[in-house]
Amino acid sequence: MKGITKVYPNGIVANKDVDFSVGKGEIHAIMGENGAGKSTLMKILFGMEQPEEGEIYYKGEKITLNSPREAINYGIGMVHQHFMLVPSLTVAENMVLGIEPKKNNAFFDFDKAVAMTEEVSKKYNLAIDPKTTVENLAVGKKQKIEILKALLRGAEILILDEPTAVLTPQETKELFEELINLKNQGLTIIFISHKLKEIKQITDRLTILRNGRSMGVHDTKDISEQEISRLMVGRDVILEVNKTAANPGDTVLKIENLSFYDMANKPVVNKLSFRLREGEILGIAGVEGNGQGELVEMITGLKKATNGKVFINGQEATKLTVKGIRNLKTSHIPEDRMVYGVAAEGTIGENLISDRYDLPAYNTGLLQKVNDLVQKSNELIQDFSIKCDSQTQQVNMLSGGNIQKVVVAREFSSEPELIIADQPTRGIDVGSTEFIRRKLVELRDEGTAILLVSADLNEVMELSDSLMVMYNGEMAAYFEDASKVDEMELGMYMLGLKKMEVKEMGGAMGE
Amino acid sequence: MANLMDIILSTSFGYAVLRVTTPILFATLGALISIKAGVVNISMEGTMLTAALTGVVISAVTGSGLAGLVAAVLAGMLLGLMLAYFALNLKTDIILAAIAINLMASGGTVFALYIISGDRGISSSLASIVLPKVQIPLIHQIPVVGAVLSNHNILTYVALLSVIVVYVLIYKTPLGLRIRAVGENAHAADSVGISVIKTQYIALIMSGAFAGFGGAFMSMGYVSWFSTNMTAGRGFIALAAEALGMGRPFGVLLTSLLFGTADALANALQAFRIPSEFVQMVPYVVTILGLVVYAKRRQSMAQKHKTEDRV
Repeated sequence: MKGITKVYPNGIVANKDVDFSVGKGEIHAIMGENGAGKSTLMKILFGMEQPEEGEIYYKGEKITLNSPREAINYGIGMVHQHFMLVPSLTVAENMVLGIEPKKNNAFFDFDKAVAMTEEVSKKYNLAIDPKTTVENLAVGKKQKIEILKALLRGAEILILDEPTAVLTPQETKELFEELINLKNQGLTIIFISHKLKEIKQITDRLTILRNGRSMGVHDTKDISEQEISRLMVGRDVILEVNKTAANPGDTVLKIENLSFYDMANKPVVNKLSFRLREGEILGIAGVEGNGQGELVEMITGLKKATNGKVFINGQEATKLTVKGIRNLKTSHIPEDRMVYGVAAEGTIGENLISDRYDLPAYNTGLLQKVNDLVQKSNELIQDFSIKCDSQTQQVNMLSGGNIQKVVVAREFSSEPELIIADQPTRGIDVGSTEFIRRKLVELRDEGTAILLVSADLNEVMELSDSLMVMYNGEMAAYFEDASKVDEMELGMYMLGLKKMEVKEMGGAMGE
Repeated sequence: MANLMDIILSTSFGYAVLRVTTPILFATLGALISIKAGVVNISMEGTMLTAALTGVVISAVTGSGLAGLVAAVLAGMLLGLMLAYFALNLKTDIILAAIAINLMASGGTVFALYIISGDRGISSSLASIVLPKVQIPLIHQIPVVGAVLSNHNILTYVALLSVIVVYVLIYKTPLGLRIRAVGENAHAADSVGISVIKTQYIALIMSGAFAGFGGAFMSMGYVSWFSTNMTAGRGFIALAAEALGMGRPFGVLLTSLLFGTADALANALQAFRIPSEFVQMVPYVVTILGLVVYAKRRQSMAQKHKTEDRV
């Protein structure tokens, strides 16, 4: 693949001038943080997306791929993160779906399907019982079926999209043995991941993507984990935030042994404990998907904790509703502003008052005090310099930065004692970013406790007073003073190369 | 009451059960195919009604019962095709499109009947043909069994055979495999090159064909005329029967028989001095009870799954 550039209709540049090549019989990793463009590049190779620029060469010939079907015909197979299986059908039936064998030219030949499955399973040494129903199988087995499905259709290149994300350590080990076996039989495997250890363990070469650009191709054995981590999460620009030292007071938010288990009963957040004091910004760094989202949702009441407790100002909030938690003077800037932040088709005014329309100040008991509400909205628009025609404008007509300002204006103006800011400046312009960061520091100086979750290393490092790292749902590191943290070191904690001892992290609980 | 038991235990009641089950069974099989493909066809009612009128008119015009039957089935397939076009190509909500077909059929058939024959409520002036009854050799000779099973309208036997046909189609052919795959995980089907739309088109057309058979039976077997709204909710009862039968061909045979029995019972009760409005309510009450049982069982199953997940 040469000079691939992909711009999505919403203007996000997913890939910029990326070169990528893979040779026969190698395991090649594509690494990068979430949003670095790994999946997009592979979707292009599998014909699911078409690039704006660039060319694809396969066995020396230039090809164009307009659909996955064409990719399959060329011998390119992909195992998606979400399995493409029909649960109530048997393994053999899933295997042959779309290329069903027939007997007497009319009936489905189940025995033949079983035989085909057994043949390919034997050939590649991937044991599976063709007659079991898929829904009864464990995740690792389902993945095996997906790999076999691709092989049955003649795949020579196998793309695996974060294959270990859903696997247990034992299943991962088994998968790796199978992949190496496949490699030895001449197959090419492309392995998307951001887990350093796995990459080191199994791949021959790796390509690192960052912000849609390729950071080069390396031989796995010649590059250190530290070097990879630097290339993956290194900072591009240093943004300075002016702030004085924190002056923390009493504990506002206390988390005790908090856990969350997903549907498959895997711990996503695992026995997390920490505390957050007034006048303090506690940053949470980590590669996305290490439990930060679930943690925020548990604190704000969007998800119920499996185990453990949340206290806000000394009151247990674990079982409270979203409204109940908000009544404890908690504000929430959600990760996805279009889903949880605003009602996109409502007006700016409606969105600004959506947390307070029911307060006595805005109600006569039966009717709303419309004039007061409008006046409040106009005040907020002014204070937070939201660029719009009037408060009656629809929110989805605004730019991303201004939409975020609507959210922030509402959340910051309710005199919060605790703010949960989840990716507060993601995908917005520099001006709005700076504005929101300055507001956060201002609120901190006024004594608000702020929990800041951000995938933007620069942001967490500059804004936070204290800093913790989450990896695999657990606290991997805690730094009392965020300004003394070394970026390289942080990267190693984020990628699970290092983990602090429990006693080193005692500061998180104030011990 | 003893009198009622006498009626229920008589061979003629058993015969009546099979007779009234026939249209429900056809419609249920049609519903089953559409639901298996993930495109629930709730226009069975209107489709049956349209097919019933088509059968009467064409058989009267051609003087051939077979031509009437073929025309009725074709009419059913056409409505299935129409629903597929609206839902799959024009992307309208399939439930709304099917409601439109039902409403169009209930008014449209009366309108068409008036235009064609000048009759308003019932097609008495059309000399339509009734499809023949069949005596099954051997079985016919057996006492009791013969009286219940033999000498039915040919479509009753077609309905019973259709259960096997649908079973084979769904579980033993590549098409059936594709229908199930599309209905359960369309993305999975799509990812291996199965055309989801094409498969759903086929399923809806087949479902229309079965409704066509059901409609033909109503006007060319059950009775020998077409009358306003003669399907009387059977197309909807079919959806309940499909759900109760857990979407399995032999399961829906049993549930169709259950609803057929309720129907036959309602007919039998009319001989007593019970208000007829009350008696006619029986099949629908059974439908609601059946759905309650079904929903309860589903709930407890879901509950079980949940606890399993947590352990």
